[in-house]
Amino acid sequence: MTSVNKPDTGVNKGAGFHADWLDGIRVNKSAVERRTATLGGRRAVKKDAQIAFMLKAISCIDLTTLAGDDTPGRVRRLCQKAMSPVRRDILDAFDMGDMGLTTGAVCVYHAMVEGAAKVLGNSSVPIAAVSTGFPAGLAPMETKLEEIRRSVEAGAREIDIVVTRANVLTGNWEALYAEVKAFKEACGPALMKTILATGEHGNLTQVAKASMVAMMAGSDFIKTSTGMEGVNATLPVSLVMLRQIRDYQDRTGFKVGYKPAGGIKTAKDAVAYLALVKEEVGRDWLDPKLFRFGASSLLGDLERQLEYHAFGGYSAGYRHPMG
Amino acid sequence: MSVKESFESMDYAPAAESRKNVDEWLKANSASFGLFIDGEWVKPKGAKTFATYSPATGEKLATLTAAGQDEVDTAVAAARNAQGRWALLGGHGRARYLYALARLVQKHSRILAVLESLDNGKPIRESRDIDIPLVARHFYHHAGWAQLMDEEFPHHEALGVAGQVIPWNFPLLMLAWKVAPALAAGNTVVMKPAEFTSLTALKFAELCVEAGLPKGVVNIVTGEGDTGAMVVKADVDKVAFTGSTEVGKIIRRATAGSGKKLTLELGGKSPYIVFEDADIDGAIEGLVDAIWFNQGQVCCAGSRLLVQEGIADRFLEKLKRRMSMLRVGHSLDKCIDIGAVVDKEQKDRIEGLIKQGESEGAVIWQADCKLPTEGVFYPPTLVTGVGTDNILFKEEVFGPVLTAITFRTQAEAVGLANNTRYGLAATIWSESISRALEVAPAIKAGVVWINGTNMFDAAVGFGGYRESGFGREGGREGMLAYMRPKYEAALKDWAPLAKAENVAMPKAGSGMPGLDRTAKMYIGGKQARPDGGDSTPVADKKGNLKGLVGAGNYKDIRNAVEAANKAAGWAGTATHLRAQILYYIAENLSYRADEFTERLMDLTGATEKAAMVEVDLSVKRLFSAAAMADKHDGAVHSPPLRGVALAMNEAVGTLGIVCPDEAPLLAFVTLMAYAVAGGNTSVIIPSERYPLLATDFYQILETSDLPGGVVNIVTGGRDEMAMPMARHYGVDGLWYFGSREGAKAIEEAAADNMKRVWVNYGKAYDFTSPVQMSARSLIERASEVKNIWVPYGDANEGGKSY
Repeated sequence: MTSVNKPDTGVNKGAGFHADWLDGIRVNKSAVERRTATLGGRRAVKKDAQIAFMLKAISCIDLTTLAGDDTPGRVRRLCQKAMSPVRRDILDAFDMGDMGLTTGAVCVYHAMVEGAAKVLGNSSVPIAAVSTGFPAGLAPMETKLEEIRRSVEAGAREIDIVVTRANVLTGNWEALYAEVKAFKEACGPALMKTILATGEHGNLTQVAKASMVAMMAGSDFIKTSTGMEGVNATLPVSLVMLRQIRDYQDRTGFKVGYKPAGGIKTAKDAVAYLALVKEEVGRDWLDPKLFRFGASSLLGDLERQLEYHAFGGYSAGYRHPMG
Repeated sequence: MSVKESFESMDYAPAAESRKNVDEWLKANSASFGLFIDGEWVKPKGAKTFATYSPATGEKLATLTAAGQDEVDTAVAAARNAQGRWALLGGHGRARYLYALARLVQKHSRILAVLESLDNGKPIRESRDIDIPLVARHFYHHAGWAQLMDEEFPHHEALGVAGQVIPWNFPLLMLAWKVAPALAAGNTVVMKPAEFTSLTALKFAELCVEAGLPKGVVNIVTGEGDTGAMVVKADVDKVAFTGSTEVGKIIRRATAGSGKKLTLELGGKSPYIVFEDADIDGAIEGLVDAIWFNQGQVCCAGSRLLVQEGIADRFLEKLKRRMSMLRVGHSLDKCIDIGAVVDKEQKDRIEGLIKQGESEGAVIWQADCKLPTEGVFYPPTLVTGVGTDNILFKEEVFGPVLTAITFRTQAEAVGLANNTRYGLAATIWSESISRALEVAPAIKAGVVWINGTNMFDAAVGFGGYRESGFGREGGREGMLAYMRPKYEAALKDWAPLAKAENVAMPKAGSGMPGLDRTAKMYIGGKQARPDGGDSTPVADKKGNLKGLVGAGNYKDIRNAVEAANKAAGWAGTATHLRAQILYYIAENLSYRADEFTERLMDLTGATEKAAMVEVDLSVKRLFSAAAMADKHDGAVHSPPLRGVALAMNEAVGTLGIVCPDEAPLLAFVTLMAYAVAGGNTSVIIPSERYPLLATDFYQILETSDLPGGVVNIVTGGRDEMAMPMARHYGVDGLWYFGSREGAKAIEEAAADNMKRVWVNYGKAYDFTSPVQMSARSLIERASEVKNIWVPYGDANEGGKSY
């Protein structure tokens, strides 16, 4: 296998554009679906492992609000929830009260970054800003780059960029590479998550190739969706992207993170995603450094399931602090 | 483990399926079971018993009864007694029972799945998500065939009693594959489950009671191999066996000449071909389903990996990583990929083969998977560095052992795929539809999966070529294996035509000899002298010498088979071309009708009218074969997936055809014509009594554009010549019309390479009968069905169809 350089771990520095890395990529949809459909039967996560997986899921959530009616007050509440996502008595029941559980990040539009920064202060919870003309990504390049820079200045430690889907749909991989690389430079020290908007790709082979190009261009994470496409994160799309992450690591030694976003609403879904990640890329990825959920309502279901495991008796939404 | 530790390690915890209902059931039966005969549970006094164990732990589950000769006979008699009424019940009546059984399997799916996994060792995921749903599907599908039988098979009837012997790898599923079609067609059954895994069959007997199935329709006799042999030998009309090739051959020989209809699903060493244009990760995941499904104890397991050289290193590297992620554990753990091997005996066999392969140069790599400390487990294993003569490349291991080899080109892949005595299944991974659909028909296998593997459905026939056995299970072809044409029961005994006692040879001084017209053999499109240089006189009915034909011997057969094998490309010709050539042959025969009429009259003493009828019927038969050649279309099945299964009719291969004495022109022409129409090449031994009709005929073949080697004619004694054909490994199928003893000898000898045979068991077919010689039935004799599974889909539309 071609290998550019193989550091053990560390930040993805990009690999340069390699058209030949894309040539052998072929994805058979039926085979992908078969794998994801049978995984649940092969990896039932039960007992303490189930609780651990749910806590892990919470630690990996990018708690998100991306609505036109977001206000500083709404975002403040969200940030507070991110710093303390689960009722203390529930965590105590698992002897995990002192684990310092937070979500992986708070994810907002640029306009909300400053307000969020005030609430989160020096907490460990980073702010992620969606950027580059989110969600369609069709703003002028200059404004997209400027948007990144301003969000970083305002306190965002993570930038979720969107790519120009036309480059994927027309197979213009070099253009996609150049675009993502330019965004990466604009991000500076901030972690960059590249949203591929896979629901708007023609097929899974395009998803795979776009994933590889985004990683060559230096993405720290690749992410499925804005949450605004017709189809958002799915297990089949995740399998395809995870396999590219694995191949990219084989080629370069860099570990790139993965963020499925949109449509993941239940604890059961979240556990299934974590199992898929563990099976396909390994335990190292079960960590907010390399894995995030882009989700807004998922946390609520995880809280309810945890209360059930803590005390028995199924829970109800009103029993958990609203975010 | 505490939550904190789990959170650190992110390890899985064991997720055991509850076995409470199974334990209750075992307890209710005092963990001791009798035989299910004539609707009753019987425990004969003094009967031998044996224990059944859970291979995941070694725990004894129950004591079972071994049926002896008396019990087998009683069971067969009960089945015989019940059969008439069961058949008379009619299609709808039988459909109602089969439907009830399907529903009951679903209603009791959980206990059946848990019981199966406990007894066999397979992961509960497989029994719950694959085996048991397929069992229910099989009964539903065959309830449908029962319902439609009169309409779909109007000229067929049930065989009678079916004796069925099944293996331990898919205990209840194999039972369903055998019982459902048998009952649907109106047969009753005596079923012998495998000794390691009888419990679900016994539970099924309870379901039969619950469904109100009439007594004696299903009988279940547990026991070991000797009980199975008794079932095979008993007074049954059909034997269906799934198991090893070794035992299959014993059964073929044991039933030879008996007229018992036989279906054998035997071993395999199925190729799993990965082309460079495949979805590599998909193909690797497919291997998990191919060879680590049911611990590799699957007759159609993709156990020979053929991977294209350019991607081989990367592929094997990725494969090893994937293997390291496999989890091996207790069969009821819902967090595993691989369960227990069925028995210590089987594990010993696997270990023995691995050892031998290693001594022959194989490199053995085993994934570092944690194995449970108790129970019978074997780690997922990859074998590389083998030549094609390594035992691990050639022989079925029936364990989680994959043997890999590389190839350069598509042609080489096909060559390696077919370089085996087996021919059950094959898997092809390529994203090119052109390539995949070119390779699939080129592989000698009854089932081909494209970009997927081990897919099964009741509507899609399953079965093999070569030493993987014959007959199909599932679908229309599977139903035909449990019925016979209605005319068969009325066939009269066959007798050879009397030979002239003294052939009147020409006397000295009887005048100037006529211009000699020497009847030669016809091999590879050329007239050939007999290898031995001897001739046999041919006499007319009254004993007057009418000519000499070559006295064939086994070397002529060898030459003819070689020529026929070389002409195998005939199978790939367009059916339109085959039809055109058959029409042309008919045209040429018609042109020379007078000559053949005279020859028939002269030789056989037939009246002019009778001779004219035989010639005319021969022309018509050629027309029928030509007409059917391009209408034997196969089917497109719709199994429950996004995709299709293409049931493709293809040639059997090289057919040996041994003609009867009678109808010396018509029988020869009929059998030859359908062999040609089906794309087969053939070696034909014409009527021993009147071979000159066939030797006259090669002049017609020569002038009809038939490629050399497609039809070969060897004259000589019927039974002496038939035997070298029956034993020839290059002959794929054999049709024999002669004596009962001859048929028996043929079937015995044909066991060596599992030829598909059509013999008359000493009965006389009427070659003039449009029913017995119907175009559809003959073309089916001249074909095999190959099912090619093609899952499809590429659009990123969330599974929507158009």
